[in-house]
Amino acid sequence: MIQDNLIKVGMADLNVAHMTGVLKTTGLGSCVGLTLYDARAKVAGMAHVMLPSSDIAREGTLNIAKYADTAIPELIRRMVGLGAVKSRMEAKMAGGAQMFAFAGNNDTMRIGPRNVESCKDQLKAYSIPLIAEDTGANYGRTIEFDCETGILVIRSVQQGVKEL
Amino acid sequence: MDVLKEVGNIGAGHAATALSKLLDKPVDMLVPKVRMVPFEEIADSVGGSEQIVIAIFLRVVGETPGNLFFILTQDSAKRLLKNLVGLDVVDEENYSEMELSALSEIGNILAGSYLTSLADFTNLNMSPTVPSLAIDMAGAILSYGLLQFGQMGDQALLIDTKFLEGNDAVEGHFFLIPDPESFEKIFIALGVHTP
Repeated sequence: MIQDNLIKVGMADLNVAHMTGVLKTTGLGSCVGLTLYDARAKVAGMAHVMLPSSDIAREGTLNIAKYADTAIPELIRRMVGLGAVKSRMEAKMAGGAQMFAFAGNNDTMRIGPRNVESCKDQLKAYSIPLIAEDTGANYGRTIEFDCETGILVIRSVQQGVKEL
Repeated sequence: MDVLKEVGNIGAGHAATALSKLLDKPVDMLVPKVRMVPFEEIADSVGGSEQIVIAIFLRVVGETPGNLFFILTQDSAKRLLKNLVGLDVVDEENYSEMELSALSEIGNILAGSYLTSLADFTNLNMSPTVPSLAIDMAGAILSYGLLQFGQMGDQALLIDTKFLEGNDAVEGHFFLIPDPESFEKIFIALGVHTP
């Protein structure tokens, strides 16, 4: 399948699409791929969230796409800019795995589930319903969100292809 | 950076010797690359974020904590298993317990040898935790090693050493990603001022 309308979302990155376009992010491990969609306006957004909260940020200039609590408001803002309405938005998400079982430091080990929890808290705070998710377990995922259909395709090495 | 390259060189040199003894064949090693790498590019050295790799991960604990990955391609893993333990991989979708355990042990020996020589050279206390094995997309695996850096910025210090068995049949990578607070200690231990 060759897609010329593919919009790549990198690690700790976010992007939006309007009408057509497929948002894609690869190799989600403990990171969470979160999508928001306004089906009526056909506006979609995707964020590749790496860490749960910007409270722990020690960087000089904050990369807002990296943290759940800053990426989601930014995604909403950019989508509204393209004509989306917040009250019509629905969310889907995938990722948040625990890639390694015995990975020492407990805090880091739990980062996948914590990313998932933090994304859910944010969605709740903005009253956006989470309509589907494929999170947790111990495997990596690549996801694609089709702005035209609102379908989220999830690929993984062990589980094959899933659609949400 | 040259100092870190040397650190990588020494560690990998010992690991390559260990591998060469295990295989009873010469193992070549390329000069390590030491770079600050944007997160996105870190998986590129092993074929991109979606490339399926076999990774043995060890958390390094002690004075200079960090993350150490030993990464093999599927083909390399098959060859290692055949040469070392005489196992023919029948089903590469589902490695057997025995195969996984052998790979994990190989990774453990090599990573241990890598770390020991680094610790000797720098006189810093570095010890490995229990190894963990994963077969998955390189991006998903390596991103785990970047979480500590994620709090600081969008780049990580990567010491990447590639080695090859004589006829290039077995290719492996060591990725050492020291935690951000470890650099200074490594530099001081080596008698170099922090950059």
